[in-house]
Amino acid sequence: MIYRSLFPRDVLSELDRLQRELQQTFHFSPSIRGIARGGFPAMNVGGTPQSVEIYAFAPGIDPATLEVQIEKGVLTVAGERKLPVAAEAATVHIDERFAGRFRRVVTLPDDVDANAVDARYRDGVLRISIARKQSAQPRRITIQ
Amino acid sequence: MSDTAPVKKQSVADEAALLPPVDVIEDASGITLYADLPGVTKDKLHLQIEADTLTIEGEIDLEMPGGMEASHAEVSLPRYRRVFTLSKELDAGKVAAEFNQGVLKLSIPKAEHAQPRKVEIRIA
Repeated sequence: MIYRSLFPRDVLSELDRLQRELQQTFHFSPSIRGIARGGFPAMNVGGTPQSVEIYAFAPGIDPATLEVQIEKGVLTVAGERKLPVAAEAATVHIDERFAGRFRRVVTLPDDVDANAVDARYRDGVLRISIARKQSAQPRRITIQ
Repeated sequence: MSDTAPVKKQSVADEAALLPPVDVIEDASGITLYADLPGVTKDKLHLQIEADTLTIEGEIDLEMPGGMEASHAEVSLPRYRRVFTLSKELDAGKVAAEFNQGVLKLSIPKAEHAQPRKVEIRIA
C-alpha cells in the first residue's frame, strides 16, 4: 500500500498564498511602509475644509511619553506602551494587548499648516488636529 | 399585520461591534482582566454579569468637527463588545473595576472556599 498525502501540495504554503492574495484584495493601495492596517496604535484619518484630523487609538499611555512629530509633510506618532508584568506565580491565559515600542507614520496632504497643530489625549485616544493653510481654504468672492 | 403590533426592537447584542483585545492573568487570589477600549468614556462603558456570563460593552465617543469626512478608518465601528463565561469558583459578587485612559481593569476574586489552602498534616 502506498501512503499518499491527503493534500496534493504543501498546505501551509497554500494558506500563505491565500492570505497574501486576500490582503492584496483588501488593501487597495499598499503603502511603501508596509501594510498599514493592524499596527498599533490603530488610526483613523478624516478631514474638513479647515483641518485634517488624525485619531490614534492608544489606550493606557502616559501622554507625556507620546512623541508627535511633523517633518516634511509626514506625521509620526511614536512611544512605548509598558504593561504591568505578571508575577511569576501567575498564569497568563490570554495575551492579546500590545506592549512595547511603537511608531506609526502618516503622509499628510500638501495643504496643511505644520505650525497649526493641536494634539489632545482623552480616553485613550490621541487626537491630532492640523489646520489647512489659509490660502488653500475655499473662499467666497464677492462680486462688485 | 396591524399597526399596533409591537415593533421588534433590535437588541443591543445584535449590533455589530469590535472585539477589544484583552489580557487575562490568574493568580492564587483570582483573575485579573485588562481590556483596551480606547475612545470609550466612563458613562458609555457597560459591564454586566448575569449568571456566569460577563459582558463588556462600550460605545466610542469621539469629538469630531462637523462635516468631517473619513479618508482612512481602522476603527470602523463605534462600539466594542466581548463576552466571557466565568467559572464557578469565581466570586461574581466581588468584582472590582477600574477604567482609566481607555483601559479597563477587572479584578474577579476567587470565592473563599475555592482559594488554595495549605493543609497541615500532623504526624502522630
